[in-house]
Amino acid sequence: MGETAGATPRVLYCRCAYAQVVPGDVKDAVLDGLARSSVAFEMVPDLCEMAARRDGQLADIARAVDPARPLHIVACWPRAVRGLFHLADARLPDAGVEILNMRAETAGDLLARVGLDVGSGTGAAPPEAPA
Amino acid sequence: MIAATVPPPRVVLYEGAGSTPLDPGERTRLLAALLDRGYAVTRAVPGGAAQDDASAAAFVVLGRFGGAVPDVHDAAGRPVHVHDIGLSTVDEAVALVEEARAGRPMNRPDAGAATWKPWFPVIDTARCTNCMQCLSFCLFDVYGVAPADHTLRVENPANCKVNCPACSRVCPEVAIMFPKYHAGPIDGAPVSEADVHREKMKVDISALLGGDILAKLRERSAEAKSRFSKERSADAALAERRRCLTKLADAAAIPREVLDALPTPEEIERRTAEAARKAAAARDAREHATGRAVQS
Repeated sequence: MGETAGATPRVLYCRCAYAQVVPGDVKDAVLDGLARSSVAFEMVPDLCEMAARRDGQLADIARAVDPARPLHIVACWPRAVRGLFHLADARLPDAGVEILNMRAETAGDLLARVGLDVGSGTGAAPPEAPA
Repeated sequence: MIAATVPPPRVVLYEGAGSTPLDPGERTRLLAALLDRGYAVTRAVPGGAAQDDASAAAFVVLGRFGGAVPDVHDAAGRPVHVHDIGLSTVDEAVALVEEARAGRPMNRPDAGAATWKPWFPVIDTARCTNCMQCLSFCLFDVYGVAPADHTLRVENPANCKVNCPACSRVCPEVAIMFPKYHAGPIDGAPVSEADVHREKMKVDISALLGGDILAKLRERSAEAKSRFSKERSADAALAERRRCLTKLADAAAIPREVLDALPTPEEIERRTAEAARKAAAARDAREHATGRAVQS
């Protein structure tokens, strides 16, 4: 459980669970696409709720950004997401972070930008069988 | 208000070596159910987990281990609760997590009327000029000043009145966002020239209401108080207060509940003076710091 996954994308998904501002069908389809892929990823209930508590995990996420392995934050407007990290005393670097907006883009476009093949309609390949 | 100030418990759905992956649809439903109850979740697969940092330790690990539950320790060497969900349904797996939590405090998005909506201003530092107008405007001590560089900061987000975006209306730079707002640019959408123009128009409208929106509020509250004492009718006074405040509510997008819940005129006066003092001190400190930087 402590290993890292080479060239696979790093993904942080925000559920926006405390409000209904992100279209439900988009956030459900994105979660489904990620869940059907072979990618390990992080999910949080709500970045706003975390920022309000100045959750230290936001600073950890910002510190761990590595331009060689970009972090995709699937949430809402990039301006807002950067502001939320700043509020929590965590500054997201410009390089190595791509913020994807579930309020303005389709699930298919978002999953494609994360690097998942959604051509089949079921997302990327299922997880490998356990060794 | 925020119910809990601790991070949400983190669940790891482990589908790596020694486990059997869940059915894809079942996996999606389980992840959604945990997130919608306020849990943070990591999905770990063959090749490694997503989490690179050691601080966000898991409190429970779920997986299909075929009865052979592995010994798992967090980064600090503490044992982690591991549950074999076997052929459990999604509801049963969620119940396992709830039971393992054992009443540990957490915020819940599924608490119905008791759910706190994370509503507070977020500053776009690329646009903010630290003019401190928002700090002067807010009566609820949401804003403060960063001691290190005397810049504006959101100090007490939980003090903000849910659904009230009024301070964003007084910002001349459209630098204040409310990510849970329903429309741009207040929700964080890109700011256009037209938006800047429109927001400045709104500031002007509030000025037209009496030069100072807070002065107007004080005046309206005082009028209502006076009328109440004469009429001896709480209903009539309340109706009149509502009528008087409608114009303000429309101009500054302040929810009626917020206006109705305003403190006494004296308290408004005190808070306004305190906010103005903080804003002036911050501006002075910044000017002083800037002057020193130019001299050196």
